[in-house]
Amino acid sequence: MLLTISTTVRPATDLGFLLHKHPDRVREFGQSFGTATVFYPEAGEDRCTAALLLEVDPVRLVRSRGKSSPDFSLGQYVNDRPYAASSLLAVTLADVFRTARAGRCASRQELADRPIPLELCLPALPCRGGADLAHRLFEPLGWQVEASAVPLDEAFPEWGDSRYVRLTLRGEVRLADALNHLYVLLPVLDDAKHYWVADDEVDKLIRAGEGWLAAHPEKPLIARRYLGRRRALARTAFARLAEVGDDVEEALEPPVEEEPLDLPAGEEPVGTSAEAHAAEKPTGDEVAGPPIGDASAGEPIRQAAERPMGDAAAAAAEDERRVPLNVLRREAVVSVLEEIGVRTVIDLGCGSGQLVSALLSGPAFAKVTGVDVSAHALALAARRLKLDRMPEAKRARLELFQGSLTYTDARFAGYDAAVLMEVVEHVDPPRLPALERVVFGVARPAHVIVTTPNVEHNIRYEFLAPEKGGPAARRHPDHRFEWTRAEFAEWAAGVGETYGYQVDFRPVGEDDPEVGPPTQMAVFTSIARAARDHAQVPELGDDRSLRGA
Amino acid sequence: MHDHAGRAVEVSVPGMSLVVLVGISGSGKSTFAAKHFRPTQVISSDFCRGLVSDDETDQAATPDAFDLLHHIVGTRLRRGLLTVVDATNVQWEARKKLIELARSHDVLADAIVLDVPEEVAIARNAARPDRPFGAHVITRQRKDLRRSLSKISKDGFRRVHVLRGDDIADAVITYEKAWTDRTDLTGPFDIIGDVHGCRSELETLLRDLGWEVTPTGAVHPEGRTAVFVGDLVDRGPDTPGVLRLVMGMVAAGTALCVSGNHEQKLVRALDGRKVRVAHGLERSLEQFAAEPEEFRTAARAFMDGLISHYRLDGGRLVVAHAGLKEAYHGRASGRVRAFALYGDTTGETDEYGLPVRYPWANDYRGRAMVVYGHTPIPEPEWVNNTICLDTGVVFGGRLTALRYPERRLVSVPAEKMWYEPVRPLTSSAARDPGVLDIGDVDGTRYVETRYGGRIKIAEENSRAALEIMSRFAVDPRWLVYLPPTMAPPETSSLDGYLEHPAEAFEEFARAGVSRVVCEEKHMGSRAIAVLARTPEAAARRFGVTDGSVGTVYTRTGRPFFDDLTAELVDRLRDAVSPLWEGLRSDWVVLDCELLPWSAKAEGLIRDQYASVGAAAAAALPEVIRALETAAGRGLDVGGQLDHARRRAGNAARFRDAYARYCWPVSGLDGVRLAPFQILACEGRATAVGEPHAWHLDLLGRLESDIITPTRHVFVSLDSEEERAAAVEWWSALTAEGGEGMVVKPADPLPAAPGLPGLPGSQAVPGQQAVPGQQGASGQQGASGQQGAPALSGDPLLSGEPVPGDPTAEGTPGVRRSRVQPGIKVRGREYLRIIYGPDYTESLDVLRRRFPGKKRSLALREQALGLEALTRLAEGDPLWRVHEAVFAVLALESEPVDPRL
Repeated sequence: MLLTISTTVRPATDLGFLLHKHPDRVREFGQSFGTATVFYPEAGEDRCTAALLLEVDPVRLVRSRGKSSPDFSLGQYVNDRPYAASSLLAVTLADVFRTARAGRCASRQELADRPIPLELCLPALPCRGGADLAHRLFEPLGWQVEASAVPLDEAFPEWGDSRYVRLTLRGEVRLADALNHLYVLLPVLDDAKHYWVADDEVDKLIRAGEGWLAAHPEKPLIARRYLGRRRALARTAFARLAEVGDDVEEALEPPVEEEPLDLPAGEEPVGTSAEAHAAEKPTGDEVAGPPIGDASAGEPIRQAAERPMGDAAAAAAEDERRVPLNVLRREAVVSVLEEIGVRTVIDLGCGSGQLVSALLSGPAFAKVTGVDVSAHALALAARRLKLDRMPEAKRARLELFQGSLTYTDARFAGYDAAVLMEVVEHVDPPRLPALERVVFGVARPAHVIVTTPNVEHNIRYEFLAPEKGGPAARRHPDHRFEWTRAEFAEWAAGVGETYGYQVDFRPVGEDDPEVGPPTQMAVFTSIARAARDHAQVPELGDDRSLRGA
Repeated sequence: MHDHAGRAVEVSVPGMSLVVLVGISGSGKSTFAAKHFRPTQVISSDFCRGLVSDDETDQAATPDAFDLLHHIVGTRLRRGLLTVVDATNVQWEARKKLIELARSHDVLADAIVLDVPEEVAIARNAARPDRPFGAHVITRQRKDLRRSLSKISKDGFRRVHVLRGDDIADAVITYEKAWTDRTDLTGPFDIIGDVHGCRSELETLLRDLGWEVTPTGAVHPEGRTAVFVGDLVDRGPDTPGVLRLVMGMVAAGTALCVSGNHEQKLVRALDGRKVRVAHGLERSLEQFAAEPEEFRTAARAFMDGLISHYRLDGGRLVVAHAGLKEAYHGRASGRVRAFALYGDTTGETDEYGLPVRYPWANDYRGRAMVVYGHTPIPEPEWVNNTICLDTGVVFGGRLTALRYPERRLVSVPAEKMWYEPVRPLTSSAARDPGVLDIGDVDGTRYVETRYGGRIKIAEENSRAALEIMSRFAVDPRWLVYLPPTMAPPETSSLDGYLEHPAEAFEEFARAGVSRVVCEEKHMGSRAIAVLARTPEAAARRFGVTDGSVGTVYTRTGRPFFDDLTAELVDRLRDAVSPLWEGLRSDWVVLDCELLPWSAKAEGLIRDQYASVGAAAAAALPEVIRALETAAGRGLDVGGQLDHARRRAGNAARFRDAYARYCWPVSGLDGVRLAPFQILACEGRATAVGEPHAWHLDLLGRLESDIITPTRHVFVSLDSEEERAAAVEWWSALTAEGGEGMVVKPADPLPAAPGLPGLPGSQAVPGQQAVPGQQGASGQQGASGQQGAPALSGDPLLSGEPVPGDPTAEGTPGVRRSRVQPGIKVRGREYLRIIYGPDYTESLDVLRRRFPGKKRSLALREQALGLEALTRLAEGDPLWRVHEAVFAVLALESEPVDPRL
């Protein structure tokens, strides 16, 4: 909430003209969420410093948001807004220095039009992604960046650094540009869950980037951080439970990936940026984790991209670069389903509905049902599938509902096949027997397809390398376990034994001779059903006999 | 009814059935229906036609009208309501559809035909403006009816009552009770499993149960009634002897008996029908051959007359040979009988050639206890309030009886293996792994609680809870309770304070509570510890068979630790081992606080609290410096500078406030648990009935590194000195950094009188009385000290008797108490981490807070939590406990001001 702007242009006091604030006066500006004060700690010929002090009143902040307030959350009352240089400071700066930001100065227009030596200082700048990100964002704009991390709590050194840095920018920059840089980039660095400002303010921020944002090398990240937060974040009942349990809400968020919205044309897809994983794994929404029934958009691409060149597999990786693992996985599942010749499929753990969407587009499937435990995931799926605009005939083939794999559910029964794509690893091991009974014991489809990561393959992923999280690091924070091929085979055999299913295994993705494929798949076939259909339990791959049956 | 003067014609229909009126238009069906049935019982086609077309005579709407009629009738029958169809029904097709509808809901159908002359009907119709159709319609209907009457008896009605002339006006409807309906019998019962000709073991068992047995009968001096689950016959050494005894008991009214599949087959064999003589039938036939003809005839008639099942004790108990699902209770149809006799067979057979049975009990959600036999098992086991008593006496196992309502099992061993089993006696199915059904939790729900009435759970909240429960919660078999939220007191008006003990004391005093306990509020994470003494106890009580012996979970049901839980559980079991004897229980559920806060909430502390502290510590000194520099050049920034300095001080206090509750732990070293209530143990929901003194005393005796005591003081609210001392205590506690305290009524809150008692517990709400707590209503039960080890003489329990507020002291008719179970009074510094570092700067604004919703939620969640514990203690099935626990979680997702 403190910004100082210093210059050594001569006479330095001309800064007062540029900012339209007299160096010898103290002026206050009321804001809806507090009070801004502009004063000059120093005002000499050689050096002049203007300070913008924003005192945020948390009570007024909550009130100012009125009806659009994201209802009750402790974070509304205990937050860093009164201390940190956030979007609130950006909005205040735009208001208080409106003319200066427009580059107009009646008495010193020539000075306003040219770069001048400037030093901007922000003592507590929230910077999600670390000091490094501040460098990457400001340096391309001509600044010399000094960013030092603020420790979280000196009494608890094991907690490490906070998300704040003390930022000093030095450079020869036009004052109006400098102000606009801050105006646009403060919220980007902050990347707060809530903007605390109205949506139209966000639009203004984007417009302020005209002229320099287009050429900025971090443009995708900047755009993403704006757009990613656009959706109305009315807190759900789910989020309230996170709070009740003293949990960090992000840690409970369902492992589904939201599709990037309205990304300007020519943007790279989410997750391709190398910084995403390394810098922001725990909380950033750029982490495209493999969601339930969905997949990490980034994981295989990164695998290919980060493998050292000259690696023997590089050539093979070249091919894979174009087909992400989640796509491979989806295609593999669809192709097995087609091969078996099933007509009705239930996708248990459908996430945002990627597999459901693929199945619906194939005419072979007369009935496609998506189930997820997360209401949020189902909302995403409904949006992806454009449910409200779907033609009736297609809509009649589709069903989506909330369900849980640890509660028996009559609605799960009656399908030719059930798919659990990247689902079991999100279930605590002690709860697996319940899942097995719900799916194999009670719903009892003729076929069950289960995919799960092959943990042996993890060593092929740079981002899971020991130095970046230890050998136990998993592909997604919500994974409760990841199995080796042997562990998966043992589990599947046990399930088959208990519930009368015969099981076959298939690799998904490049089947590495040493560590196996990135994803493993088991195809279960009910022995009773197979016998009743008078079909030999067929070898998978022997698709003729299956289709004939 | 025949003694009625003149010539009343009795029309007797089953009490729960479909009554189909048959008669031409104008025959007076609607008049008849209106005279004999309630308006809601009569569904007329005209009415339905009106509903779907706004015109009762619009014949084009007839198909839709009948769709609607069938839907309404079907719904009523499913719900077990007598339903009368008022339509002409003169055509066979129309009646057939209704009979099918009745069958599909397993109810009987009677027809009442009103046979009036055509002229009468035509004349009546002509007089009515809403019957625009001509006489030819009547003529045609009359022709249809005449054709129907000759063969209506073959339609499938239980009975067809034809009324003509004056009989129509003179008819009187009477209701027959279903044969299965013996809800008037309240027992007590001794329900006896499959006997299979083992006369000697049966006599032994009856004598063990206190019966006086003669060769042809038995009576119990206490007037108990025996109920046999069927399969008296076959395989064993003395089928005629068993029959003689049971027939005598049934005839004397000291026993009831339902039919088993073996009785059915034996009757068929005695009738000379072709049956495969196997499974012990050959023994019965041999033994029967030696009996006199007279006995054979009587026994055949007895067995043939046995019915499929009985509903007893107001519907709370159902006995059927192979069990019965809820939809079939009290119903009558071929498939109901088949289910009762043979169970829910899948049509498949197992490797021994025996039919595979669907485990219907796993899905059973009825409130009635279902007792059955049929499938021999080594050990009777409760599954969702059902139990199989066939312990295979004829195969050398045991003969078992269930005493009802005591729920106690008594058995005698077989004298020998009388018959070789086809397959070894094993548990019929793998033990249910605790799988719940989505129907137990989803959608908008109403949960009946005995402590807070019926509580509604909105669908949105169920959905949120389903996700948290499915993705994060511990095994539902361990998840037997979730703690309720707790409200703060009315806002204090004392300078500098938002919360103060005075308001809490005042609130309880107003509610008629005379003594409260103030318990130190440990600032950690709420934890529920479920501990079993042995793996066997865990299996027996919680159905957990993987060898684990307990768990510790958070207030949203999540485990605290990934891999340390087992070690924590072991240490806690060690620590609480004195309780096993003290409580005479081999399991216990404890309400605790787990310390430090950072053990569970470190992520949150770092993300939210420490971050705020870090930002403040980085920014404020620079602000002060800039302002000082400006002041140094003569600028007037005095106000801002003052403010900034004050805020820096607040920020430092804020940082100290959270840091106090954080300390590093390594493994379990540094982790401590502060138990403050014993929620439940064997047979007792101790949270319901025991005073806090009891809990704190027992828990205070635990000595272990991992246990932290809960400091507390008792306060008699009528003593100003005691109140003042407690305020002093609170001030000292919070001054040294404590979070604050919780004020609770010292003794259990009275609830509705006449609640069912908990087995093995004297601690029933409304019957609690401890010295110093005398209800104005004089309702004092046994001393609350009974069964509580060494509480007598506790000085904390003595105080002056205070007349209570009659509305809060168990006045008959008071459904529930609106007294908060606890009120938290938090310290001034602690509140900085709730209201923000600078909250003390804007107390006047913050004083306007609205705790109404929080308080209401606290009461509802408390009622649900106690309900869950009571259900657990009473041995209810998992889904019943889970229903209440799930509801607490769902309510927790309601939006309330999180600062309260």
